Amino acid sequence: MENVSQKKNGGEQPRIGFYICHCGHNIASMVDCADVAKYVAQLPGVVLSKDYKYMCSDPGQEMIAKDIKEHGLNRVVVASCSPLLHEHTFRNATEKGGLNPFYFQMVNVREHDSWVHTNREDATHKAKALARAAINRVAHHKPLETKKVPIHPDVLVVGGGIAGIHAAMTLANAGKKVILVEREPTIGGHMAKFDKTFPTLDCAACILTPKMSEVGSHPNIRLMTYSEVVKVEGYVGNYQVTIKRKPRYVDEELCIGCQECIPACVFKEPKFADEFNEGLGKRKPIYIPFPQATPQVVTIDPKVCLNFNKKGEVSNKCKKTCVEACGDKNAIDFTQTEKFEEIKVGAIIVATGFKTFDARRITQYGYGIYPGVYTSLEVERLVNAAGPTGGHVVLRDGRKPESIGIIHCVGSRDEKTNRWCSRVCCMYSLKLAHLLKEHTGAEVYNFYIDMRTPGKNYDEFYGKLLEEGVHFIRGRVGEVTDWAFTKEEEGKLVIRVEDTLAGYVRRIPVDMVVLSVGLEPQPDAQDVRRLFGMSCGGEGFFLERHPKLAPVNTFTDGIYLAGCCQGPKDIPDTVAQAGAAAAEAMQLIDRGYIEQEPNTAFILQDECCGCKSCIPLCPYTAIVFDESTQKAIINEALCKGCGTCVGSCPSGSIVQNLFEDDQIFSEIEGVLSYD
Amino acid sequence: MPKPKVAFYWCASCGGCEETVVDLAEDILGVVEKVDIVLWPVAMDFKYADVRAMPDKSIVATFLNGAIRSTEQEEMARLLRRKSQFLIAYGSCAHTGGIPGLANQFSREEILNFVYKGSPSTVNETGTLPQTEFEEQGRRVHLPALHQGVRSLDQVVEVDYYVPGCPPTPNITKAAVGALLEGRLPAKGSVLAPDIALCDECPRKATKPTNVAFTEFVRPHQRLLDPNKCFLAQGVVCMGPATRSGCGSQCPSGNMPCTGCFGPTSRVKDQGAKMLSSLCANIEPKDEDGVDKVLEGIPDPVGTFYRYGLPKSLLRRKGGLPTS
Amino acid sequence: MTEKKWTPRLVAFFCNWCTYTAADLAGVSRLKYASNVRIIRVMCSGRIDPQFVLEAFAKGADGVLIGGCHPNDCHYVEGNYKMLRRYRLLKRMLADMGIEPERFRLEWISAAEGEKVKRVVDDMVQKLTALGPLAWDKKLEDWDREVKALEEHVQAQQTTKEVANA
Repeated sequence: MENVSQKKNGGEQPRIGFYICHCGHNIASMVDCADVAKYVAQLPGVVLSKDYKYMCSDPGQEMIAKDIKEHGLNRVVVASCSPLLHEHTFRNATEKGGLNPFYFQMVNVREHDSWVHTNREDATHKAKALARAAINRVAHHKPLETKKVPIHPDVLVVGGGIAGIHAAMTLANAGKKVILVEREPTIGGHMAKFDKTFPTLDCAACILTPKMSEVGSHPNIRLMTYSEVVKVEGYVGNYQVTIKRKPRYVDEELCIGCQECIPACVFKEPKFADEFNEGLGKRKPIYIPFPQATPQVVTIDPKVCLNFNKKGEVSNKCKKTCVEACGDKNAIDFTQTEKFEEIKVGAIIVATGFKTFDARRITQYGYGIYPGVYTSLEVERLVNAAGPTGGHVVLRDGRKPESIGIIHCVGSRDEKTNRWCSRVCCMYSLKLAHLLKEHTGAEVYNFYIDMRTPGKNYDEFYGKLLEEGVHFIRGRVGEVTDWAFTKEEEGKLVIRVEDTLAGYVRRIPVDMVVLSVGLEPQPDAQDVRRLFGMSCGGEGFFLERHPKLAPVNTFTDGIYLAGCCQGPKDIPDTVAQAGAAAAEAMQLIDRGYIEQEPNTAFILQDECCGCKSCIPLCPYTAIVFDESTQKAIINEALCKGCGTCVGSCPSGSIVQNLFEDDQIFSEIEGVLSYD
Repeated sequence: MPKPKVAFYWCASCGGCEETVVDLAEDILGVVEKVDIVLWPVAMDFKYADVRAMPDKSIVATFLNGAIRSTEQEEMARLLRRKSQFLIAYGSCAHTGGIPGLANQFSREEILNFVYKGSPSTVNETGTLPQTEFEEQGRRVHLPALHQGVRSLDQVVEVDYYVPGCPPTPNITKAAVGALLEGRLPAKGSVLAPDIALCDECPRKATKPTNVAFTEFVRPHQRLLDPNKCFLAQGVVCMGPATRSGCGSQCPSGNMPCTGCFGPTSRVKDQGAKMLSSLCANIEPKDEDGVDKVLEGIPDPVGTFYRYGLPKSLLRRKGGLPTS
Repeated sequence: MTEKKWTPRLVAFFCNWCTYTAADLAGVSRLKYASNVRIIRVMCSGRIDPQFVLEAFAKGADGVLIGGCHPNDCHYVEGNYKMLRRYRLLKRMLADMGIEPERFRLEWISAAEGEKVKRVVDDMVQKLTALGPLAWDKKLEDWDREVKALEEHVQAQQTTKEVANA
């Protein structure tokens, strides 16, 4: 009322076109669309009010464009599904009709109304209130332009497993510059540990290592191993990422991977648990994780190397025979320190993979208690010819197992641990059954709940197994125990299970138990996702933007997902998803710019009093104080449109496009004005 | 050429606004010369019948100060509205309800009981309360009734302009009268003070921090206040950022924080809410308990944020009170 | 209009990235909850001006619900903390103004918690039903009658006089 400036778009009267969508039965079954249209028709400013079966269809969109021209509409409101789905669609339709696309407002009467309420009268009533609010609001809308933000052409891929490798290769072969960051000393991820892959029984290393070496030598890929992302700043198209390079105490440029330093080490025998072999083998302080590691460079572990003291500082107490053996290559460098490097990229693909379920959590299966109980990943190393036992399946006490039990669903489909199905375990359990039988000739028993073999040639693989004499028992194993009841059970591990098809509880004595552990999010998933501004789903895997239509996008523009970090999946799906993520990133980069939603804030320069209370509020430091004008001003390029400064300005001198005070006040009035 | 007729009237007020007119000092002679003051209860005698006898719209401008609290004030506001071309709400009470507006936290009955019976310094053995009607010696006496709550002038009649302040300063009063006499008034409904907050003209502006982060709030009596530093930087609530300027920053110049008497800018619906928003957003702790501890320094948010504007706030008065 | 049995009107301000998405998820999952809630979308809970809350109550809402991202998870880094700080004082001030604390609620709901949207809305509607209507707008209308009474009286007097003089 006081000092009011009539800024309502030059005082033009709103001419609003209202449409309510039936969405087939999705809305119409619970909301009386014709009734809502009738109600809206008599609201002030509404020129036409229709209901229609499918507004998002081509005819629906064309109708909007046509009506704008024929009826001289200057505002459009569509009541249908969530704006997160179709706001863009209807803005385009509005634009096709010759109107600024931001003269459009959407009403959510599906996800927020027809789908969640059970009383038709109440749901219709609510739809009317929401429609009223939108009619009120849209009258206050202003014409806006999307702003174009340029995209930096480089891409960061985080994680060097098969997902990261494939995404990086796809992008690099398309001519993009890729930075691939991997936490371990080598790329390869979990796949490098497998022996054979299902259903083809291809040797994992044979199909993986050529890709690894391509990555290592590709001119467009900069490989940063033994490195971690520690900070991500910026926004889509313009990310500044800080990467921590951990010191291997070996110069990557100088080491040629001859590995002469390893036998020369003062430790004559390997003594320390070997991570790559799941702790089943041993390594020395100077080591290479596996022969085909990429880069082909050794690493020194300061926690066990004699040249370091307990605090991790160089003590120079060791003879350094490794340095001697290296000779004039001079690759070993004990002066290395942790380094931080900042890079600029336009898009980021997160492919950080999974961890296996910690089988110690299910104490009744005896992992960590009985030496004869192994996880599937440990068994992969046992059957692998390059593994700690040279491919011979021998137990920790040296015996060759004559009977083996493979327990499915350890840490999957379980209310007490993880509720989800880890998707790959049935197949790999069948694969291990085959490999173990091949290597040992033992009696193999698979204990399963359901046999999940959905992929191409998967069920056929199962069929083959059935012919190989593997025993299949349908039942969830109750416990693994060494308490023998009969003579046959002595010295063995007894698996107690209800054989649901036979109808009674059985005790099956075996020499070796293999636990098919499920897939879980990495232990630091929460920290990683905060780093990139992503969300996690309820189970802890990174959250995709839409489970069906956007499985590789996240809610943060420019950040994509690939592989098991998004959810358990097998290698074919991982590779497919990595390709999809690469395509999405490429789409961004090739277009060269992104159109940002114009919901940024601006400070009214005449009205700002320079109180400076907004300056500390912006996490993007978009607000600065201009000493020459003595007023605050917002850098539009940095503003992300959260509106926090707008809500806080004590004199009301900051305005947020698309979310102006008047617009929201009118919405509040609208939802409450229909009783 | 007859001089334009001008009236001054007071409703629920303290008399401070009348003093401002007097405070125009020698300038008052300039005013008196140019206008014909037809009504000014503090300075001249008058009878209601005189006012009723004036033709409608014969007064060019009435400067009405004070809030509307009683039936008499309501009646006079309506009467003067009819008799005036321009009705100008003068001072905080007429503009936004003013300090009397804080009475909207209580019912009329609670107030009368406290003032006449309950307050520690009252002696009223017979428990006498004022009545609207009283008969004595065959004569019936009427007193105006108190309304249940306080209203600003525009919540009762249509107002043309507002001169804010508790009281308005001599300079904006002069400017208002000058604009009136010279026919330079802005759009109807305007507040005759700059539409920009106080920090703009505050002498302490340069000491305002760009990184304020409140770890506590203190009230003016709890600290020896630095006469040169921004109050917010010292942890004292100053309503300046949420209040119009035009007063010359008299309170900060007197080493007291602004309490908001000029009311909000035109872009704000609820002055108190905006100040609350700004202060709270800049509180340092992120956890509930830490935040609550800092907020202990504001024990009376209604009194702090709505000292002059409770009747014009969005909620207007406390809930649960009687409506008649 | 026929006298409908009163049910509370709950205005909710949901942030786009977490809470609004969670409400969409509740819809996609076909969870069923009370229809009393009306959701208004903002980009971040930090946008929520206390004026919006007061306006909602003043215009007749029986309850106001604010939904934001969990602490540490705000899409815009810290907007939710600003809302939390405003909430603590605003809640106390509303109580001082006679609005019961249960009518104003702040909840952290992540994009995956469709179930929580249902729970919170149902719980709040239940509590509001027990508290009864706030009807701030009706009460103010009632109170404003005391200044209409005099004008009506004067009008009546005017008319009587005119009739008498005619």
